[in-house]
Amino acid sequence: MIRLDGVTKRYPGQEGAAVERIDMDIREGEIVIFVGPSGCGKTTLMRMINRLIEPTSGRIFIQGEDVTRGNPDQLRRRIGYVIQQIGLFPHMTIGENIATVPRMLGWDKARISNRIDELLELVGLDARIFRSRYPKQLSGGQRQRVVVARALAVDPPVMLMDEPFGAIDPITRDRLQNEFLRLQQEIGKTIVFVTHDIDEAIKMGDRIAILREGATIAQYDTPEHILSAPADDFVADFVGAGASLKRLNLSRVRDVELTDWPTVVVSADRAEVLSVLRRSDKGSVLILDGQNRPVRWATARDIDRDDIPLEEAGLEPEAVVEPQSTLQDVLNLMLNSSHGAALVVDGEGAYLGAVDFATVANAVQAMRREANKELKAAADELGEAERATPA
Amino acid sequence: MIAAVSFWEYLGDNWDRLKDLLIEHAQIVLMSIAIAVVVGVGLGVLTYRSERPRLVVLAITGVFLTIPSFALFGLLISPLGLGTTPAVVALVMYALLPIVRNTITGLREVDPAVVESAQGMGMGRWRRLARIELPLAWPVIITGVRVSTQILVGIAAIAAVINGPGLGKEIFRALARVGTPTALNQALAAVLGIVILGLLLDIGYLLLARLTTSRGIRE
Repeated sequence: MIRLDGVTKRYPGQEGAAVERIDMDIREGEIVIFVGPSGCGKTTLMRMINRLIEPTSGRIFIQGEDVTRGNPDQLRRRIGYVIQQIGLFPHMTIGENIATVPRMLGWDKARISNRIDELLELVGLDARIFRSRYPKQLSGGQRQRVVVARALAVDPPVMLMDEPFGAIDPITRDRLQNEFLRLQQEIGKTIVFVTHDIDEAIKMGDRIAILREGATIAQYDTPEHILSAPADDFVADFVGAGASLKRLNLSRVRDVELTDWPTVVVSADRAEVLSVLRRSDKGSVLILDGQNRPVRWATARDIDRDDIPLEEAGLEPEAVVEPQSTLQDVLNLMLNSSHGAALVVDGEGAYLGAVDFATVANAVQAMRREANKELKAAADELGEAERATPA
Repeated sequence: MIAAVSFWEYLGDNWDRLKDLLIEHAQIVLMSIAIAVVVGVGLGVLTYRSERPRLVVLAITGVFLTIPSFALFGLLISPLGLGTTPAVVALVMYALLPIVRNTITGLREVDPAVVESAQGMGMGRWRRLARIELPLAWPVIITGVRVSTQILVGIAAIAAVINGPGLGKEIFRALARVGTPTALNQALAAVLGIVILGLLLDIGYLLLARLTTSRGIRE
């Protein structure tokens, strides 16, 4: 889909190259992460793909076409571009922002208007409310969604994203990352994604390119392989300690078996709730509304107080995750929750099940065993190689 | 009290002439501003991205503003003669600095991330300027135009020395007749006209700025 062929960038008056002879194939529909320490040239490499920086030598092919020739503006209109600082046009409404590239490509008004509604819907914003708002009236998370919608405006096959979640608070970031992964399952774009955060790389990437100084590729592989078989000390160092914990970023809630938690509907009477609680081995019960959405999380003592109606008994549900959340997210939330479990809900907020500590611990152990097996296999291979080449 | 009454009488008796002069005054100011906006914004656009040309343009337009207006009008007589033309040329020179400086400041204050986004989406140099940078710099630019207009309303009065149009004529006539009974009233009426014109134009600019600035970037 995207092929880099000996791509090099040198700046006059600088000794080493900023990017040194990179060859790389990026497959269609994959998210490829460029990750590395600051100054490794990952952003420079990405910006050469849409020629915001012109390569000194080498060629770049997108869908077989050499894009290092020809008009760079035409090229950029075919590539979605998202940067960390968001860069929405503050003097234009959300609708006008999204319409920017369609207008340049001469779409008619009705088509542009339909597309704006469609895209806002896609990123989970109500078009009726948001299309005529200005960026300053939106929260950081909403702006981030709009900028993704804007980049998708003409349905480009390729997207470049430079630390797209970098300027957002950690909790919102987790949610937006999950939303983006769900979106990507629908849209299947080829995405080049730059970050300095290895955890984000492991979570978001189908493949990760770890870059070192001078933008040479230290390892280009799937997250699983990078964690279990780092190519050299630099990669091992960069991935850092706790590789087995990092693997929690690779497993998603949908991959593990959910635990059942006792539930009642909000219209149930107290005797019924107490009997449900007695029959369960859990100390608390989840109260669901008519649409099966969790509304409260209550213990027997909360239920016993008849001065409080059922819909206000106990606490608001905390630690709510979706099937595409990673176990890392779950663990973080669970550690802060009073019931020692996370609730899993679907896209509409309806209750699916729960994840408790035991489930996460099992997952960690399973990964451990897997990693040890791989290490063992690698050691055996080395041993055989030693035996095969007598001194 | 007697003087005050006779001032209002003077105003009533001479209303038609004063009104014509006021309109002339407004016309020469607005015409000069229009030319200065074209030249000044143009110079700002051409120089805001490169340091040396920017400093040169600011230095030259800065010098214009320091030349005493009497002297500048006088200097323009030999190349351009008398009347409206040299008056407009001089006024344009005085109006340039605030407009050029605010254009440069406004364009340089545009968030680089916004410009990079525009470029990354395939907007060429001129489209970026017209659709993104100038609209975002506009509130700063129009403030510069407003300041220039205030300066010109006052200086335009001096244009009467080279036979330029406007209320300045009335002031110079009054100065030539100091000591006669109507001289004071005559000067006072002209000065009052200039002050009122300045206020009206200022209000006009506030309205214009509000109407032409996107709601997304208003304070």
